[in-house]
Amino acid sequence: MASVKLEKVNKTFGRDHIIKDVDLSIGDGEFVVFVGPSGCGKSTLLRLIAGLESITDGDLIIGETLVNDLPPRERGVGMVFQSYALYPHMTVYDNMAFGLKLAKTAKETVHERVMSTAKILQLEELLHRKPKALSGGQRQRVAMGRAMAREPRILLFDEPLSNLDASLRVQMRNEIARLHNRLGSTMIYVTHDQVEAMTLADKIVVLNRGNVEQVGNPHELYQRPATKFVAGFIGSPTMNFMPAELISGGADGCRVKAAGLSEVPLPQAAHDYPKGTSLTLGVRPEHLRLEAPTADNCFDIVNVEYLGNEVYVYLDPKEGDTLLIHRSEAPSQWKEGQQVSLVPNTEHVHLFDESGTALKLAQTRSAA
Amino acid sequence: MNTRQLAKVAKRIGFWALIALIMVYAVFPFYYAVVTSLKPSSDLFRVELWPSSWNLDNYAHIFSQTSFLRAIFNSIVVAFSVVFIALLFGLTASYALGRVRFRGRSTVLLVILGVSMFPQVAVLSGLFEVIRSLNLYNNPAGLILSYTIFTLPFTVWVLTTFMKQLPMELEEAAIMDGATPWVTLTKVFLPLMWPAMATTGLLAFIAAWNEFLFALTFTLTDAQRTVPVAIALLSGGSAYELPWGPIMAASVVVTVPLVVLVIIFQRRIVSGLTAGAVKG
Repeated sequence: MASVKLEKVNKTFGRDHIIKDVDLSIGDGEFVVFVGPSGCGKSTLLRLIAGLESITDGDLIIGETLVNDLPPRERGVGMVFQSYALYPHMTVYDNMAFGLKLAKTAKETVHERVMSTAKILQLEELLHRKPKALSGGQRQRVAMGRAMAREPRILLFDEPLSNLDASLRVQMRNEIARLHNRLGSTMIYVTHDQVEAMTLADKIVVLNRGNVEQVGNPHELYQRPATKFVAGFIGSPTMNFMPAELISGGADGCRVKAAGLSEVPLPQAAHDYPKGTSLTLGVRPEHLRLEAPTADNCFDIVNVEYLGNEVYVYLDPKEGDTLLIHRSEAPSQWKEGQQVSLVPNTEHVHLFDESGTALKLAQTRSAA
Repeated sequence: MNTRQLAKVAKRIGFWALIALIMVYAVFPFYYAVVTSLKPSSDLFRVELWPSSWNLDNYAHIFSQTSFLRAIFNSIVVAFSVVFIALLFGLTASYALGRVRFRGRSTVLLVILGVSMFPQVAVLSGLFEVIRSLNLYNNPAGLILSYTIFTLPFTVWVLTTFMKQLPMELEEAAIMDGATPWVTLTKVFLPLMWPAMATTGLLAFIAAWNEFLFALTFTLTDAQRTVPVAIALLSGGSAYELPWGPIMAASVVVTVPLVVLVIIFQRRIVSGLTAGAVKG
């Protein structure tokens, strides 16, 4: 078990700058999830930590040692691959023992470690089987077992669940979470699935085009996204965005007019922005209220989706093409073709400036 | 029976007739060699599909000649050495060409392919000089060297294609487990490459076993010859007699091991040859 520290880490492939000045510190025993859309560099970042790619610039420190130039086997990391990459000609036992044998571990120790790992992962019955005789979930567990058997200080997961079907994915997600609780080892997990990220992580790192957008626990990321990208990426269905204009703003709050909505007072401090600045107003589907239409606040309902426990109401936006979504508990009184007014819950409204950065809450509120 | 059924039966018959034709075309020469080898020399030129009298005199005759036994031994040594060297170099080269990214990789591959395009005769005189200057003339080692030159290109090509298809993550998993490239190659890739190795190894074996031109040119004495040359140089009672019986017996003796090998490995050959075709 160990902490990991990245300082101004960069990676370039030829002319492509994949990872840009990433600073990150991961505590001992933390479960950290790298999440982002495909091509954001999250897998590359994991491979840099694993040692499968070389770091172009910057420092990577595991525990107390600078490991930039150490090969993977000396870094004390174990990795679980997306395709499992089990050795097809070896039994489950040999798959798990391979790394230990290469490290010239004593025979009894190898046996002991493999058996104890197999016990944790409930693989004891399968030890003599070859990978092709295993189901997807079992292969997944063997892949984890192989990474764990060498008792690495850090366990790395590269989209480990994306090859499994939906129900198995939920089950394995639970097993990984319980495994982390039991072992308490440092784990770094890469996924593009925000549900996995939210459910597993102590700390989520949202990446976008090689930059770290925000680091925080799931609650922070959901409630207080630092950028518009994070706001749109985390949460399903996604946050509603509406273009808005700053009417007046001070250090203790502001007033904003969004397209189709009446003027709303908001708790964000906007004294750095001149009057009339165009902003983006973001509000999650569950933080909207639908009421009877008024003259200056009137939206058409274009579709209603009934999901059993909840109902999504889709509204025609006043500007842009993306439909606005309202989410509420089922049953719902709203029907397609009706007209409604939108009332956002001002405590849960987010404001973003043109660069996508979120406006901070006024000081008085956070003090109170 | 209606016309439809009739057409079906006709198709069937046509199909099997064609197969029979192909079988006869492919097998008849070999069959006739076997038959001839079993005939006494007095019956040799009587045309018949089934020998009226037969014995094993011709086999006894060739196996009583020490030069022939010596030639079989030489052939075995040469062919197995060629297979071993070609597979060893082919495997290591395919790891470099299939797995390591370096500048000029495809150029190297094309040059290797280009080498295998030359007809044997074109390089014969040059190779003769090389072998003489290396002091390998009239020495099986000279044959091993020259056969390896011609078997390595396709060995490298087939193994490289196969190697490229093995998933990258497998190698990375081995790296994470602390394996060096050599360990990865021998402990992880080698067991997975058996089909391709069997195919290329067998093709290399057949090429080395049957080769005639180099064997004739680069050897001088009976003690150093390989089987194809020894058969060609079998002599009869007089300068005007070709000993067809012993020649046929010798041909059958050297062909049977190949047939057996092919039958043993046939499944693997097919899977090895089609390995490059479809992702599986």
